[in-house]
Amino acid sequence: MVKVDSDMTDHTRYETVIGLEVHLQLNTRTKTFCGCSIKFGAEPNTQVCPVCLGLPGSLPVFNREVLNSGIKVALSLGCDIQKTMKFDRKNYYYPDLPKNYQISQYDQPLSGRGKIGIKLEDGTRKEIGITRVHIEEDAGKLLHSETDSYSLVDLNRTGTPLLEIVSEPDMRSPYEAYEYLVKLKQVLKYLDVSDCNMEEGSLRCDANISIRKRGAREFGKKVEIKNMNSFKAVREGLLFEEERQREELEEGRELTQETRLWDEDKRVTVSMRSKEASHDYRYFPEPDLVPFEISADLVDGIRRAMPEGPEEKKIRFAAEYGMGEKDIEVLTAEKDIADLFEGAAGLSGDRTGACNWVKGEVMMHLKERETDVKGLKLSPGNLAQVIKLAGEGKISNLVAKEVLRESIDTGRDPYSIVKDKGLEQVSNADALGEIVSKVIRENERSVSDFRKGKDAALGFLVGQVMKLSGGKANPKVAGELLRKALT
Amino acid sequence: MKDTLNGIANYRKWLNAQKRAFSDIASDIAENAAKVNDSVHSFISVDKDEILLKAGNVEKSGHSGALYGVPVAVKDNICIKDVLTTCASRILEGFRPPYNATVIEKLEKAGALVIGRANMDEFAFGSSCETSCYGPTRNPWDISRVPGGSSGGAAAAVAAGQVVASLGSDTGGSIRQPGALCGIVALKPTYGRVSRYGLIAFASSLDQIGPMTRNVEDSAKLLEIIAGHDPKDSTSVDIEVPNYSKELGGGIEGLTIGIPGEYFIEGIAKDVLLRVKEAMEVYRKLGARIVDISLPHTKYALSCYYIIAPAEASSNLARYEGVHYGRRAKANDLIDMYIKSRNEGFGPEVKRRVILGTYVLSSGYYDAFYLKAQKVRTKIKEDFDAAFKKCDIILTPTSPTTAFKIGERMDDPLSMYLSDVFTIPANLAGLPAISIPCGLDGSGLPVGLQLMGKPFGEATLFKAAYAHEKNNIN
Repeated sequence: MVKVDSDMTDHTRYETVIGLEVHLQLNTRTKTFCGCSIKFGAEPNTQVCPVCLGLPGSLPVFNREVLNSGIKVALSLGCDIQKTMKFDRKNYYYPDLPKNYQISQYDQPLSGRGKIGIKLEDGTRKEIGITRVHIEEDAGKLLHSETDSYSLVDLNRTGTPLLEIVSEPDMRSPYEAYEYLVKLKQVLKYLDVSDCNMEEGSLRCDANISIRKRGAREFGKKVEIKNMNSFKAVREGLLFEEERQREELEEGRELTQETRLWDEDKRVTVSMRSKEASHDYRYFPEPDLVPFEISADLVDGIRRAMPEGPEEKKIRFAAEYGMGEKDIEVLTAEKDIADLFEGAAGLSGDRTGACNWVKGEVMMHLKERETDVKGLKLSPGNLAQVIKLAGEGKISNLVAKEVLRESIDTGRDPYSIVKDKGLEQVSNADALGEIVSKVIRENERSVSDFRKGKDAALGFLVGQVMKLSGGKANPKVAGELLRKALT
Repeated sequence: MKDTLNGIANYRKWLNAQKRAFSDIASDIAENAAKVNDSVHSFISVDKDEILLKAGNVEKSGHSGALYGVPVAVKDNICIKDVLTTCASRILEGFRPPYNATVIEKLEKAGALVIGRANMDEFAFGSSCETSCYGPTRNPWDISRVPGGSSGGAAAAVAAGQVVASLGSDTGGSIRQPGALCGIVALKPTYGRVSRYGLIAFASSLDQIGPMTRNVEDSAKLLEIIAGHDPKDSTSVDIEVPNYSKELGGGIEGLTIGIPGEYFIEGIAKDVLLRVKEAMEVYRKLGARIVDISLPHTKYALSCYYIIAPAEASSNLARYEGVHYGRRAKANDLIDMYIKSRNEGFGPEVKRRVILGTYVLSSGYYDAFYLKAQKVRTKIKEDFDAAFKKCDIILTPTSPTTAFKIGERMDDPLSMYLSDVFTIPANLAGLPAISIPCGLDGSGLPVGLQLMGKPFGEATLFKAAYAHEKNNIN
């Protein structure tokens, strides 16, 4: 039941309703309707042909690799796949769209409804509905001259395959929207069909947000927000917009259905166009592409070959490795992290060691270098060597961390690094004897402290041995030698 | 030269007897074409250097090709690499495609001497060749009259003996109607029989390239060469191409010819009706069975066509706005550039159809117009399916009248649109249809007979057309 308004604050009187439209650039070898490469960063207008340039007389031919990726994504979101593949034309004029229509899907998208689970702030789970997934082609890019009154067009990106993933208006806060994006990206990354890089534009997000009196059945006036170029921007843009709409209503003004742009510098949304000025896209079936059947065999084949998703992996890790929830969260956050862990655990035969090294040092390097696992030159085999060297006491933990760093920097294998630099741990009493004597000589105060019964002083002395040995001394052996010499 | 170029067989006989280099022959062909062009204007321009350049390639290709040295005119909407291809529109001024249409690749592989720039109605919107921005083509039978359209230049070039054959395109009758008005054989193949790759689109679901020739044999030969599945055109169908020429000679005893009552309406010129009835007699005498059939939705075909074709055209022509190629108007900003480039670049008939097409696709009107027209289109297809259970081919006039005077229908778009009333249904249903000459009217102008066939039934059409050609008294 809804409580009376009077004893509610502004923030609980209104309910926020958010739906997201995500555009995902697929990493197929070639474009959606021609054989041009989709590689990022080539010289402008070098990855083009008559088809993607929209030259008169050219015709599109559908790249089936795009369909396979689309089906993978739709299946991973629990969506049903349509029986027929049909394209439509979306007509609008813009210089980055050489045909002045985009080949997209309108009334028969690739998939129907699905869902994705997110975790809320209080730890409970919530399901966000997926309305549809459809295939379309990307547009090119415009480069506006800052000094002169012209713009340049780069059509390398034109025709790159996109999936549009539309959610239901199921999110009730910017936090939920953010969590949805994080979860969606995780699922998509696992499929390896896209780079999912929001900064490079391979993942883009537009949001629809409205607010209404709590308990109301009808939705409020919907505002679409564009130009949010990071997950953070999505959250901030939505927080701003939520507050703006609330204020408008509080002050007795009416909201209008419109499209607004997020201004990253000023941290505000700015009106771009009202509903009246919105496009009439004049969708109609694309006559150049004949609709075709998506066979059950194709879908089943893709389903069988689907890689394990994050949720399945979590369940398996819990069952197979008996890990705690926290460890599992970290290790399954990305497929590459999970693969690194499993590879290193298998090769070293030391699952606990692998878990600790990945959770600790590897994650530290990822953060420090602001990269992903692919950005580190670390193979599961090399990580396994570090784990073994440290686990068997051949190198100290301190040295192991340095060896790992070097292996990440250079890609060299840890055995060679240790051998070349002579970093093997010294456990031999004769070899350490001289260092131990020197430490005793030079640290009279600690020595006397220890002799007076202060056990903690021993730790300091061991540390000195480690230091003088360049980290190579086996701390356990060093401690025993010191104790023997001083008692 | 005119007689020399009368059909592939005649031409090849003459060519084989020539004791000079092909480039010299091509030079004569170019000069003859240029001379005739002064009065007929079937080509937007005749570029002798270009023809000699192509002749050089023909010479290098060896003599084995089925079309070795045969001059073939190409409508100005089929892309020829590096050759001006403008759809007779100002907006494509100076456009030279960087690629060949698939049909051009096939013609050149067969050794044909491809000659571009056959005049046409702007973007193929018209039935008289008068909407070309380069001025009208004239009918070689009477230069005060139109050659029909939109492939008017391609038809006139064959009729006037400038070339041996032409390639035209047919969206609602644009090959057959000018074929009829110029007294030649003109085939619109089944939709999907010939690749559309490189054909500048008018209405993608209706467009089809086809041969325009002096006789049925040449039509069959050309189709053999240009037909077939093309991986670059998803709408081209992967069905084997028969050896059409081989099957021409057989008799037509027992062939059932359907006569649809709906096509014999008021408004057909008396002489047209007479010639068509005589053609029926020819077939009867050859042992064909003539039966009455009904195509009840025929009366909706014209309205259906004038929704679907402009709708697709409005989208297909959106790319012409001066940003990427073609003509760009001087303007102050982007929107201004779009408006001015299109306003200056398109003629009145193009504007009329783009506006019409934009309107019928607009939100709020889509269901009432476009969607309804698609349903009618299905009904028209079903009419033909039912009819073809009773007959093998369908016989009708190609056009209600013979060639009309230049300027006569330019101010009356509806009467112009009626020129295609008999040809449009075959496009809507995707069927093959051929127009063949069946005599002259009282003014000495050619009358065209249309035969429509089952999908991919071109062989039957050729056989029936050939039988008429050999036994026609007219």
